[in-house]
Amino acid sequence: MNAIKAYGDTLNDGRVQLSFTLPVADSPKAREAARLYVRKLGFSDGEVVYAAPLEEEFTFFVAYGKTDGFIDYDEVRGVEKIDFMSFDEINEYIGDNIGRKIVVVGACTGFDAHTVGIDAIMNMKGYNHHFGLERYPMIEAYNLGAQVPNETLLSFSKEISADAVLVSQIVTQKNVHIDNLTELVELFEAEHVRNSTVLCVGGPRIDNRLALELGFDCGFGRGTYAEHVATFIVRKMVERGIA
Amino acid sequence: MKDMLGLEIKKGNKARCLAEAIVGPVREYISRHTTVSVERASLRLCGVDGMDQEGTPVPNIMANQLKAKTEHGAVRYLLGACLKKGMSVDEMSRAVADGFDISSVEIPDMALLEEEARKYVERMKTLVLENRKLRAEKILKYKSNENSPLLYVIVATGNIYEDARQAEAAVFQGADIVAVIRTTAQSLLDYVPFGATTEGFGGTYATGENFRIMRKTLDIAGEKAGKYIRLVNYASGLCMPEIAALGATERLDMMLNDSMYGVLFRDINMYRTFVDQHFSRLISSYADIIINTGEDNYLTTADAFEKGYTVLASQFINERFAFDAGMPSRLQGLGHAFEMDPDIPDGFLYEIAQAQLVRELFPECPLKYMPPTKHMSGNIFKGYVMNTMFNLVAKLTGQEIVLLGMLTEAIHTPFMQDRYLAIENARYILSNTASLSDEIIFRDGGIVQKRASEVMDRTLDFLGSVAERGLFESIEAGMFADIKRSASGGKGLEGVFEKSPDYWNPFEIMLKEELCIGGTK
Repeated sequence: MNAIKAYGDTLNDGRVQLSFTLPVADSPKAREAARLYVRKLGFSDGEVVYAAPLEEEFTFFVAYGKTDGFIDYDEVRGVEKIDFMSFDEINEYIGDNIGRKIVVVGACTGFDAHTVGIDAIMNMKGYNHHFGLERYPMIEAYNLGAQVPNETLLSFSKEISADAVLVSQIVTQKNVHIDNLTELVELFEAEHVRNSTVLCVGGPRIDNRLALELGFDCGFGRGTYAEHVATFIVRKMVERGIA
Repeated sequence: MKDMLGLEIKKGNKARCLAEAIVGPVREYISRHTTVSVERASLRLCGVDGMDQEGTPVPNIMANQLKAKTEHGAVRYLLGACLKKGMSVDEMSRAVADGFDISSVEIPDMALLEEEARKYVERMKTLVLENRKLRAEKILKYKSNENSPLLYVIVATGNIYEDARQAEAAVFQGADIVAVIRTTAQSLLDYVPFGATTEGFGGTYATGENFRIMRKTLDIAGEKAGKYIRLVNYASGLCMPEIAALGATERLDMMLNDSMYGVLFRDINMYRTFVDQHFSRLISSYADIIINTGEDNYLTTADAFEKGYTVLASQFINERFAFDAGMPSRLQGLGHAFEMDPDIPDGFLYEIAQAQLVRELFPECPLKYMPPTKHMSGNIFKGYVMNTMFNLVAKLTGQEIVLLGMLTEAIHTPFMQDRYLAIENARYILSNTASLSDEIIFRDGGIVQKRASEVMDRTLDFLGSVAERGLFESIEAGMFADIKRSASGGKGLEGVFEKSPDYWNPFEIMLKEELCIGGTK
């Protein structure tokens, strides 16, 4: 048992900072309601330190609370930390283990118009000093951009014999991405190219668990760089014997 | 305008000459063509509205009936059918929704058509001029209550009624401008949906009904706050002209509208976009609607420090296209953004250099300044500081339309409290640094001046090579935003028509006359 709690300034003090809005006018009563609400959320010592009207019938609160809740850290199972290769190591690995350039296609599919994510992974320049896949000498990278229909992505992938397909989904409102991603996997299966293609999905609301559930090989969330994606692709290709 | 950068006058002038060389050949193409969306916009200006049982908007049904006949101008057939059947445009809209085909009617004499058109053109003119007058009066009356710069916030719940609620709160908190984000991918729909939106993705549709709901909300909230609240939507995508038409009649105050954005970032065909943007700008010019151009997009897809010159180049091109549509500088909200990597040492100075450069080169334009998005990490506290720096640059360099950054950018669409924090931040900076720009000068040959001069020189080089190659060819070669678009590719080319010699569009004729385009009569 390794019980841990939020840390304010003393071990196990369980102090948490909160900010929220209640749909009532700012008043002493509203502040009391906010304090009680914080307690109801499971915090003792709820303290409202700031309140401001957002409109006649809405009030914003900053509050602090103390929680007795804890988590047994020994029981937590996180996502396995992958030991990533660097830019040079990846190119060398491809040369040694696959023996040819690999082909990677990326796109924002469906209605999604936000290319920030796919660009960060694919563009020559990359993001935050991590080169994108287009820069890798051993990777032939195609970025199809935004709002690409799943059918187009499939036909293009077949045409250039893609080894890996990267799908970016930023817009996840009302779970629109779930249907879209499911459809993509089904299309690849129907055309019998699912096993010969490494399928990855990325986006701020995507994680590996969701990706696997939907039938992808891997999911990438916040803080992903091109070398993370490339490492996964090349290892998966070798594991599957795609060469 | 205070000269803080020591720019040589000839450089700005040279950039404008190059922009003219770039836009000239495109202007020639535009004048010879129309599009389905230009025609549908003209039908809407006549008063065509509604949809059939399948939900197809009536302007689209009419345009689909006309097909190749579109080259003669759609209004000819609409009014021809009205005359033959003795119907008003309202009645004809309903008849077409029920299956009547306007292309089947024999066209009456031109004199009769012109007579009939006068009615509808006058009605549109009266409506738009009333809108202009009302807006101008309210702005004048409440001018002293406005923030300077104007504070622009976004609502994006996907439900127009919830958007209205959020907008009311934003006005209460001190916003001057409210933009209603469109639902994802409306830009690629070749029709404007009908009615109110309650279930959009990341926004609502631009529709006449949504415009009316929001207009009413903002007028009421504005009166309460003692302000005229400007309403913004998007005259962009495949329906640029139609949305501009709706904006003119429903009294929108600003429209996002860029001459190349759709081509580069939405893969809309370039011929289609150039023709559409021209007609949409004619309408906005006449309706006194400020356009917001989309140069910020160059910086979210490429590095903001490296590509600062592409912003400036695009601004000169947008300016030229806007002048071609009779649009005065005071309606040209040229866009740019604060998107440099926060880890760059002296990044703040480079941002000032860019913002001040744009300010000095376009002294009469109400510049639209966009906040950091690309480097917002999910660390809301750091993000809040970045937004503060952005607000400071905006105030210091005299930007006029400032889209406020949200601390939760890249996490979710704004909570009501996020907007409150953003407005509070901005108002603190605006007040606390009110006279800062009067108090400072930039050192001769210092970092700011040097950077501005470098960006200016690179812009001239870039415009020079675009002028040499031609705009169509330059886009094909991927010179803008590293995105290659072929002239015959992209969406919507099938909706472009060469005007036949007898092409007739009474609204185009009226707008060109009123704006004095293509002649001195």
